[in-house]
Amino acid sequence: MSEMKSQDQSIELVDVNGRRIDGRSLDELRPIKIEVGVLDKADGSSYIEQGKNKILAAVYGPREAHPKHVALPHRAVLRCRYHMAPFSTSERKSPAPSRREQELSKVIREALEPAVLSEYYPRTTIDLFIEVLQSDGGSRCAGITSASLALADAGIPMRGLVTACAVGKIAGKVALDLSDTEDKQGEADLPVAIMPQSNVITLIQMDGTLNPEEFEAAFDMAVRACQGIHEQQKIALKQRYLSIKEEVEEKKETEVEKEE
Amino acid sequence: MTLYVEKKQLVAPGEILAKGKYVSGENVHREDDRLFSSKVGVVEIDGDRLGVVPLKGCYVPHVDDTVVGRISDIGMSGWMVDIDAPYPALLPGSEVFGQRTPRSRMDLSKTFDVGDLVVSKILAYDRTRDPLITAKGPGLGRVTSGRVVKVSPAKIPRLIGKKGSMIGILKKETGTHIMVGQNGTVLVSGKSPERENIAIQAIRMIEREAHTQGLTDRIQVMLRDKTSDE
Amino acid sequence: MSATPQIPPVARIGQKTIVDMLALGKRTDDRGLHEFRQIRLEIGVVEKACGSALINLGKTKVLVGVKVEQGEPFPDTPDEGVLTVNAELVPLASPSFEPGPPNENAIELARVVDRGIRESKAIDLKSLCIQTGKKVFVVFVDVYVLDHDGNLIDASSAASLAALLSAKMNDYDVKDGELVLKSELKRLPIQNQPVAVTLAKIDNTLVLDPSLEEEQVMSTRLTVTSDGEGRICAMQKGGSGSFAVEEVKLGVRLALSKASEIRSKIAEAVAI
Repeated sequence: MSEMKSQDQSIELVDVNGRRIDGRSLDELRPIKIEVGVLDKADGSSYIEQGKNKILAAVYGPREAHPKHVALPHRAVLRCRYHMAPFSTSERKSPAPSRREQELSKVIREALEPAVLSEYYPRTTIDLFIEVLQSDGGSRCAGITSASLALADAGIPMRGLVTACAVGKIAGKVALDLSDTEDKQGEADLPVAIMPQSNVITLIQMDGTLNPEEFEAAFDMAVRACQGIHEQQKIALKQRYLSIKEEVEEKKETEVEKEE
Repeated sequence: MTLYVEKKQLVAPGEILAKGKYVSGENVHREDDRLFSSKVGVVEIDGDRLGVVPLKGCYVPHVDDTVVGRISDIGMSGWMVDIDAPYPALLPGSEVFGQRTPRSRMDLSKTFDVGDLVVSKILAYDRTRDPLITAKGPGLGRVTSGRVVKVSPAKIPRLIGKKGSMIGILKKETGTHIMVGQNGTVLVSGKSPERENIAIQAIRMIEREAHTQGLTDRIQVMLRDKTSDE
Repeated sequence: MSATPQIPPVARIGQKTIVDMLALGKRTDDRGLHEFRQIRLEIGVVEKACGSALINLGKTKVLVGVKVEQGEPFPDTPDEGVLTVNAELVPLASPSFEPGPPNENAIELARVVDRGIRESKAIDLKSLCIQTGKKVFVVFVDVYVLDHDGNLIDASSAASLAALLSAKMNDYDVKDGELVLKSELKRLPIQNQPVAVTLAKIDNTLVLDPSLEEEQVMSTRLTVTSDGEGRICAMQKGGSGSFAVEEVKLGVRLALSKASEIRSKIAEAVAI
């Protein structure tokens, strides 16, 4: 969300047929593409594209705590840095961490803490880096979805994955997964993160105006959308291993055929 | 008692494995009467014990493990060793020289210097302290030759195989000497670089296909092919 | 980089007392689960500020000062005044606050208070435009935490509203593109009253207005800011725990009903 809201109301966010400016219906997600294990040096990593968002998440750890005094005696410390690349937004953004990035680093960390079984690695740190390479609304949610896969990819024990999605209000109607333009000109934005394993909410924020009924409708819509994205997360996580399995099976078949 | 998965099934963290009086094995966590996987891995069922064999994960020290570590620092009476675990290992001087007169830092560095690789054994480890290792014993000590191959620690059991069956095949077919550190560092030395390369290729293949079936046979075939090419 | 916070230096037995009492529906300071601590609001405590308010929420003390100055508008809102909220966790307020630039807690506090004011359009920013694209009034809301005994968000939000409602700024005429200040002062154009209400989850109990010792035991908190018409204008979950879906919905209902009580207290204090 931006602190500088544009007052240009000339763009119609929802047309008479209920279509949004990118052709989507009110309850439609932008296309999502997820890849796991994309970086070589990081212990775990994941890349997500959601609409025009392009976000990379990487995990190092559990590793020795440096400096030692940040460590906790009975569990790992989770450290999280959400950062936007200077070229990620329409207008260049200064590389120095903004107040927004600092707040988001905190809420994203708090969204993932409930999922990590940190008691397994006392006196260590698990470092999580989220880099937004291109931003188009909903980057903290896509970042969380990707970060939880990076944690799983690193082999860190988890209660379950965390999935996130935002719902907003545009042209007076509740709508799923707002793009940047829709967020800037819309009337509300509600990012939600859920851990589907036990159906608990690990992140919820809101800015804008929603009456209690609109809130319930938006909240329910976000939770449902997250369940769908969760299925995609699991597939992406297993994809690499399943492809190798298939490859091996195909080789076996061609060899059997050769022999015949 | 309901089982939701089958043996060798690939599962993700948070996926439900079973409900009821099952025993939680490795990488399984229980909430009330339900068992969930905590990692990406392959389901293992042994009677009423459910576990998940992880496909990735850092090395967690166990007493008696043989590990290959790198000297990272020299202290007053011993060395700090990086064993690729979340905790640095301590190698006291007494575990190399025996209980004799205290050594100076210079003496210590003459034996093992920063950057040296050392094969050692885990003597002690618990959650409140860093692991303690020893370099006294047969096969332990400074590494002077061989190629270093880093393997994901989660794949080491597959590399060794049941009762050493897999690693035995590698050694036999390539004629190389292979020292497998439980912490994922493997040392390969053979009569020729070509032989070493073949062994390393096999190691990489095992690492990549650890979760599939029939791997032992495929490795055997691959090694026979490659060594006969020479 | 945000890191899991250090453990607060409190004895576990004290924490156990809180949890055990809550299981019986009681809090250590005798309050009801949904009861706020006593609120005392004093306005006009810093005469050099355009507006100010000192709140005592139980033992938590927060002083908010409002200053209105001339400045430039943001390029994409050339005909609107500017609102900027900053918060300081002043080192004298708590043994755990250290001097230095605002840390993530101070930033979160400022941004949540800001959201409440901004999204409810509490300040009519359009009427703070002096010359489109060139000159506007900038409203600075500075939250100064003086004594931390829990629930800084609600205390800061209430004091900020009181300071804004009681603030006075220069009235002026525009003659030949120049600002001519009049002798009288006028109130700020405040058109809504956002109030934040925070709940804490301790084990499975939800309590409103957590004290510091309750915050040290809680697993999570949820802040819901609502406006004078009962609409939600900001929400923020904080802490390393989580909420069940039903707990979020219940929390929103509790917060909305409590907000009107607090709004009346603020209105009382400002009317004096």
